[in-house]
Amino acid sequence: MADNDALFTPKLTGHNYVTPDLRAKLTGSARFADDFRAEGMLVCKLLTSPLPHARVTHLDLRTALAVPGVRAILTADELPPPADSVSDSGAVIKASPWAERALTMEPLYQGEPILAVAAVDEATASAAIEAVDIAYEALPFVIDPLDSLRPGGANARTDGNVWLPPARPGERPRIGELKWSAAEFEAAGPDRLPLGKATNEWSYGEVEAGLARAALVLDETFITPNVSHQALETRSALAWWENGKLHLAVGSQSTVQTVPAIAKWLNMDANDIVVISEYTGGGFGGKITASVAAIIPALLAKKARAPVMLRASREDEQAIGRARPSTIGRMRAGFAKDGRLLGLDMLVVMDNGPYEEQFDALMAGRLASLLYQPQAMRWRGAAVLTNTPTRGAQTAPGGLQVSALLGPVLAKAARRLGLDPLAICRINAPEGRAPVGPPKPDGSLNAATSVFVKQALDRGASAFGWQARRFRPAPAKGTVRRGIGVATGCFVAGTVGFDGLLVITPQGRLRIHTGVGNLGTESFSDAQRVAADALDMPWEACEIVWGNTGRHLAWSCVSGGSQTIHAMSRAALAAGLDARAKLKEIAAQTLGGKPEDYAIGSQRVFRRDNGTQGLSFAEAARRAIELGGIYDGHQCPAGINKATQTAVAALAGQGLVAVARDTFPRDGQTYSHVASFAEVEVDIETGMYRITALHAEADAGTVVHPRAFAGQLAGRSMLGIGHATRQKWFYDKEYGIPVSRRFYQSRPPTILCCPEHFTWGSVGIPDPQTPIGARGIGEPPTGAACAAVLCALNDALGDDTFLRAPVMVDAVLAAIEPAIRPAADNLSANV
Amino acid sequence: MHASIVESIRPAGMTRRQFIKSVIAAGAVSSSGLLFSGPAGAGPKASPRVVERLLTLDVNGQRRRVDVLPQETLAQTLRHKLGLTGLKVGCDRGECGACTVLVDAVPQYACSLLTQSVRGKSILTIEGLARPDGKLHPLQQGVLDEQGFQCGYCAPGFLMATLGFLAVNPHPNRQELAHGVSGNLCRCQDYDKILTGLMRGAEYMRKE
Repeated sequence: MADNDALFTPKLTGHNYVTPDLRAKLTGSARFADDFRAEGMLVCKLLTSPLPHARVTHLDLRTALAVPGVRAILTADELPPPADSVSDSGAVIKASPWAERALTMEPLYQGEPILAVAAVDEATASAAIEAVDIAYEALPFVIDPLDSLRPGGANARTDGNVWLPPARPGERPRIGELKWSAAEFEAAGPDRLPLGKATNEWSYGEVEAGLARAALVLDETFITPNVSHQALETRSALAWWENGKLHLAVGSQSTVQTVPAIAKWLNMDANDIVVISEYTGGGFGGKITASVAAIIPALLAKKARAPVMLRASREDEQAIGRARPSTIGRMRAGFAKDGRLLGLDMLVVMDNGPYEEQFDALMAGRLASLLYQPQAMRWRGAAVLTNTPTRGAQTAPGGLQVSALLGPVLAKAARRLGLDPLAICRINAPEGRAPVGPPKPDGSLNAATSVFVKQALDRGASAFGWQARRFRPAPAKGTVRRGIGVATGCFVAGTVGFDGLLVITPQGRLRIHTGVGNLGTESFSDAQRVAADALDMPWEACEIVWGNTGRHLAWSCVSGGSQTIHAMSRAALAAGLDARAKLKEIAAQTLGGKPEDYAIGSQRVFRRDNGTQGLSFAEAARRAIELGGIYDGHQCPAGINKATQTAVAALAGQGLVAVARDTFPRDGQTYSHVASFAEVEVDIETGMYRITALHAEADAGTVVHPRAFAGQLAGRSMLGIGHATRQKWFYDKEYGIPVSRRFYQSRPPTILCCPEHFTWGSVGIPDPQTPIGARGIGEPPTGAACAAVLCALNDALGDDTFLRAPVMVDAVLAAIEPAIRPAADNLSANV
Repeated sequence: MHASIVESIRPAGMTRRQFIKSVIAAGAVSSSGLLFSGPAGAGPKASPRVVERLLTLDVNGQRRRVDVLPQETLAQTLRHKLGLTGLKVGCDRGECGACTVLVDAVPQYACSLLTQSVRGKSILTIEGLARPDGKLHPLQQGVLDEQGFQCGYCAPGFLMATLGFLAVNPHPNRQELAHGVSGNLCRCQDYDKILTGLMRGAEYMRKE
């Protein structure tokens, strides 16, 4: 009988297993939000704006309400005002007057919801939408950020076109106006981003001095695309009210964290909200709490006194389902002869959409400082408002863009300096406790917890056969050109401070109550393997309770920002250690001796000096109920998050209740990295190209669940490949109307877009700043794969042949025959 | 294979043009799609043609009586009238494949098929794959063993498309199987692991 006194003995962690949600997904029994039904359920449809910016001047609902079967219509003036929020430190954060609301009388983009109808079926709801008597006053609009920055350019909102920093410390950012001069546009020319004024900036070191002593200075402009999230499950929520409580079955990336988000938008008590979200059909950052649209059925259900289902159409999803903002970057980069980046001056203009400030441009600067370790750096940025759909975080927000903007710059520098592109990646790669910008108030930089990306580059190069491919002779005949590329990507990968909650039942089983959302990464389950390991429990004796806040879940992180496996494996371990301590205390109180006289193993707590003397977990759980107090949850320890305290109170008396907040130390900011290697073959006659090979090598600490890890590496690499090769928005700029509204127009990658040979690996070095050693992997593959493919295309086609992603057939043909390269709109966000 | 799919989209001599005309004539499909039809008796019912509404469908080996509107798609009938919510409606326009079911063993997009057109045909949905005792179909078991799929929203469509493809080509290589399911989108884009799981399932099927 092995003692399990080590903090963490990974018997389950690190191994493949069948996750508890998979069987239901494969048999059709998994219930996503739009699979729920309720007696007397009404369905909801949205009336959306036909114009990119307008004011509703006339609205008469009488005819629509008279349509047989219509039960209620919800308009913007019936929305409660958003509540102020309170930070962890108790500071009140005032609700933003510029925030997006679920419905509006001044739509800021084509497709924005104006009102919602609840009716007995969709045909009736559609008929009512048609019967709404509505008139609009068209207002000035702008689709492209640079058009808005031009002198005399339109503003997306009546009160401005950019987000500005807070006027005073402690206040919110505000909207204002920024215009660049005609001279600045003139000086830049058609292919370079003008060096106009930014709204935010930071720097460290002597940038101009670094550029001055560089052997090579590149001045590059590049554009990354607007790309919608396009989750396969469109925004879906079924709402009903019971005894004053709102029940909401909703497709959301997060579970417990969706409750306060809904409470904020409905301005109601979080204790009166139950969120059900066992399965979510994709999120990618677009449904982190999925709260804005979900309040529409909630309010309609209250008004109509019946359950209401909102199930967005694919077109509506394109409008309200969030998108990654396009960025335009201009990078002046100075390199030493050996390729070291001596100075980086970076300006990023972001297509922010009309609402909340997005942080992709800011993150691009922060991650540039980490990913390429410039000796001196200045970042400047502007979040420019446009009358296009609301943006939101999408897998590696800013992380995708920084790799796409700067990865090809490093490769170009390597070619100019006669270096191996792998070598220039390596010499500039972060290492160990690498510094990260922006500088703190005292001028010093933050530090990463640990970085092993150089090891990832080395291992990846070997697995990919970089040197062999590099020196392989070019195709002798025909129209095929081959190219290879290597690039790195990174993103934040962990947070701290959340709760774990376990119950050892009188049957001797381990029930794990987690508030983590289930969006397919499997971290809701993977993280709990650590709790089982801490108690030396076989997985078959464990049950995970997830996806329904009515089932008493622990306060957990949002499932976004690749933080879950890091944050919640720590919380699971904290709870597991609490269970161990309680088991030993119960044994000592029952059998005599001191807690430290006891050990845990094989579902028993037993005396170290006499293994036959002890209690089974089942006996200990029954004893916990007899003892009460802290042992069965009737008392909750201090420091536990409020939502968890409520859950503990509800579970009290069901067994041995273990609950703890993650207070394990962490020094530094947690990031994961990926090094990707790609090979392309371009047919210069047709412009078509294939990705013949892609290898992704991760530096994400301990791998908790290899198959899920591999799925994240492959899937998120494909997202990056989509950005590099085929996904973007098309707009009719004259009327401000999106052309790409469906899959066949926006072209997400299909199974036939996969690299012909995909391989992966992981450095697997545990992060020393977290007890399990695991960091998130969901996001850094995206930028690395995107940039590796772009670098490979540059290798095949030559430098300066395209200045935007995605590189589609027209761009390839234009690269081959520059004479037909379009001169107009080169810097437009959507072409 | 390809020809048979095309033909079965146009059952009983119904051409694509006739399909579209019949939908327009029913006058109830809006540009944004109708995903929920109400109970019998609710909603528009006007049709210029007299169509029998009470149908008997052969679904997962069972005969199911159901009241069907003339313009109703098979996806609507299965999900909202027969409670078979395994198939998903990701796009409602035949772009994503999440609603794929087998009709006479041929993969079909249920969102693009009128229920009236499948009378007398055998319909198999994801709910009909596992045995009544809960034992998984070997294709499901293969995917389970490889931890295929992430969010799982596309999984039923992929499995049904694969099953139809394997009926024609039981020994595909990865590339052939990828082509066979290329009418299905996965937005988690975990295609590599999906293919691994489906190939494992195909292997299990050959052993049974």
